[in-house]
Amino acid sequence: MAALDDVQLRDGVDRETVETVQSMADSYKHGWETDIEMEFAPKGLNEDIVRLISEKNNEPEWLLQWRLDAYRRWLTMESPDWAMLDIPMIDYQEQYYYAKPKSMVEKPKSLDEVDPKLLETYEKLGIPLKEQMVLAGVEGADEGRKVAVDAVFDSVSVGTTFKKELAEAGVIFCSISEAVQEHPELVKKYLGSVVPQNDNYFAALNSAVFSDGSFVYIPAGVRCPMELSTYFRINAENTGQFERTLIVAEKGSYVSYLEGCTAPKRDENQLHAAVVEIVVLEDAEVKYSTVQNWFPGDENGKGGIYNFVTKRADCREARAKCMWTQVETGSAITWKYPSCILRGDDSQGEFYSIAIANNWQQADTGTKMVHLGKNTRSRIVSKGISAGQAQNTYRGLVSMHPKAKDSRNYTQCDSLLIGDKCGAHTVPYIEVKNSSSRVEHEATTSKVDDDQLFYCRQRGMDEEEAVALVVNGFCKEVLQELPMEFAMEAQALVAISLEGSVG
Amino acid sequence: MMPRAKLKARKVEAAEALVGARPLPESNVWMRRAREAAHARVLDMGLPTKRDEYWRFTDPRRLTAAEAEAGKLHDTQGEAPVFDAFDRLKIVFTNGVFDAEASDALEMDGVEIAPLAEAAAADLHWARDIYGVLEQRGQNPVERPLASLNTAYAREGMFIRVTGNPERPISLIYNRSAEDGDAIVHHVIRVEAGAEVTILENGPVAARFNQVMEADIAEGATLHHIRAQGRDHERAGTAHLFARLGAEAQLKSFTLTANGSLIRNEAVIWLDGADGSAHIAGATVGDGAFHHDDTVFINHAAPRCESRQVFKKVLRHGAVGVFQGKILVDQVAQLTDGYQISQALLLDEDAQFLAKPELEIYADDVQCSHGSTSGEIDKSQLFYLRTRGVAEDEAKLLLVLAFLAEALEEIADQGFADDLRDRLEAWLKRRG
Repeated sequence: MAALDDVQLRDGVDRETVETVQSMADSYKHGWETDIEMEFAPKGLNEDIVRLISEKNNEPEWLLQWRLDAYRRWLTMESPDWAMLDIPMIDYQEQYYYAKPKSMVEKPKSLDEVDPKLLETYEKLGIPLKEQMVLAGVEGADEGRKVAVDAVFDSVSVGTTFKKELAEAGVIFCSISEAVQEHPELVKKYLGSVVPQNDNYFAALNSAVFSDGSFVYIPAGVRCPMELSTYFRINAENTGQFERTLIVAEKGSYVSYLEGCTAPKRDENQLHAAVVEIVVLEDAEVKYSTVQNWFPGDENGKGGIYNFVTKRADCREARAKCMWTQVETGSAITWKYPSCILRGDDSQGEFYSIAIANNWQQADTGTKMVHLGKNTRSRIVSKGISAGQAQNTYRGLVSMHPKAKDSRNYTQCDSLLIGDKCGAHTVPYIEVKNSSSRVEHEATTSKVDDDQLFYCRQRGMDEEEAVALVVNGFCKEVLQELPMEFAMEAQALVAISLEGSVG
Repeated sequence: MMPRAKLKARKVEAAEALVGARPLPESNVWMRRAREAAHARVLDMGLPTKRDEYWRFTDPRRLTAAEAEAGKLHDTQGEAPVFDAFDRLKIVFTNGVFDAEASDALEMDGVEIAPLAEAAAADLHWARDIYGVLEQRGQNPVERPLASLNTAYAREGMFIRVTGNPERPISLIYNRSAEDGDAIVHHVIRVEAGAEVTILENGPVAARFNQVMEADIAEGATLHHIRAQGRDHERAGTAHLFARLGAEAQLKSFTLTANGSLIRNEAVIWLDGADGSAHIAGATVGDGAFHHDDTVFINHAAPRCESRQVFKKVLRHGAVGVFQGKILVDQVAQLTDGYQISQALLLDEDAQFLAKPELEIYADDVQCSHGSTSGEIDKSQLFYLRTRGVAEDEAKLLLVLAFLAEALEEIADQGFADDLRDRLEAWLKRRG
């Protein structure tokens, strides 16, 4: 962190902010590795590997063909070069595409049969995987809200909790490999319907080799009784993780879904190319929150995860709503644009993001809001903080199609630079093809709204107090979008005062 | 998706087909070198296509086709040209060719003016460091092959060296009498330290035009640039302004665009010296088959500079307005003040506004902001005026003019600003 030590503090950036960013970069607390016996598929990528993955998961023929189709398309595609990222050449033949803890070769019938080392791993990460603990009545003791967890270790799901309670509500929450076995009709209907195989280079790669991930189905009219969470961990060396998440929210349903991720510290870069597809039907609402804390590499830029993720929600029917909240602190390189297709009339999309890039991290992240239906609404709030030698880019698209009458978008992107060796960039695309829609985009370094300030000043506050109040309120507004369960990780981010970007 | 290598090969093939064998104009040694280098750049970069990121909102095919599309001449119905009421040194081009007879004598205190043809035969040492030089610098990080094409083939243009503070503005007037044909015009301007000049441009030029202005603004010098692109609707063209500013230099460039079925104006500005100031502004009114693109790239390469981009577009009946603006702040450019606003008023359902307002910032102590909005006339504002007894048409006109006013305010001289405002008002009234 030498780079930050000699940082001169600018007006409006307080020492605490700098120190918090520093402390976060200094120690990556999830950098340990679990010594566990793994079963690997041979290194490299070819049709045989695709077949092997499909076979290991005991998949039906259609899915194998779907994967092979994706793989063949991927071969004809090129890695995207438009992001403001310096991506080293990735040798796709030097990666393992399938790794599974040996103890999982025979699928455990209950969590009791799971390798205790695995459970230890998750305990270390602070995830209470054993549903017994909660079911045994300790519930009241820890005052925590119940969260059903699906944990994915390298390539496979190692356990899902709270299955019974969820089943009573009619909610399906399981690994996608399980869903393929138990609910093939749902998987077949929705898989690839939001992110097609050839959507982009990394989505095609994922479609070919995805090994596991989570599947969520909320039946019509059901409000999911608890928050659902997936925890991803890359453990094995030279292993890519390609999980696929599919969420279907039927008419009038609601679900809040959390995603967290960590990986051991290693000198080599590791690849993570995930796809998340969300289908939101009439009057349904999905809240998707991420705290992305993959290993970002050390302070010299060595190692770290390449995080190339495609996330998209299709608000397919009237009044569907999807909300993405992300706190991006990890990964050496982040390439990620959680998006909403607002197809249904009156549908809504929201995107709240805090992206922190430090040391040699590079982040190119943002969202796409595609307004197709009438009277659709979207809101984008993005905060980028760069420090060290990091580059942080907000990239977004707001598109108002001719039929999206009376639609509305509001976008606000703010960037804060700490030190003069980092960069903060904003690349918004705005396409308005009808006149009744209103689109507003704002990106500034001073983030306090003059009207709000004026209002506070009018009531006798001095300027600093007013600024503090407005910024505080605004910061809370974003962080409050995160469910309670992410409080621990969000806490570290709350500490990063956003005040520094004012003035 | 076409693989990148294949796309590039196609672009290069297209350039080869268009200019591979086209001979360069006769010139003296230094200009010949500049032309040859520019020609090589075109062949190396290839011609732009809609698949290029920089052309995603505007299809350049009409600008790169072998032949210009012919278009009808506009009947002005006796309306006096813009700037007509002002005392100016008039330099007239007809169909893109310098018309000495229609022009004033190229003489005025504090300025040296020579047509390109004359400069190409002489050894204008001051121009050697500018012609094709700024254009070449402007090829990075984004390629602008049409500007290189211009450097290679321009036979017309003015070389203007300002040494003092000339008493009258220099007015470049582009008349058009032919329904078809191309005009390639390349101006080189050097404003010496402490000098100040106003350069006006107006007129329809030609059925298709490719204009480049390279301006080198020395320490403490000021360039006012006011351009009116109006009249003939059936024409396509592109204009590039490349400007380099020394310490404490100032540039104010304003463009009014009304009509023109395809117009792309690019401005590439370098603030190379501390405390420089660059303002690039535009007011656009478009009706019907109108595609107007403002693409601006401002480089802050020195501390304490200020830049403003103010673009306002009023669009209807299928008119398309494009804005691509970028503020790039170098690591050394601390205390930069960068501002950018792009706004569109869409008067009916068919109009479109496409924008990409970008910031790329490598210095931490800066004030940079951009805003972009799009929407229809504010109903509550309209209602307010109606309750005060203003007729609906009148109220709309007032609101549209008020919307455009912020861009017009970027013109330093009130007289020119009023003239352009009157033009806009007349245009809006004509179009009802």
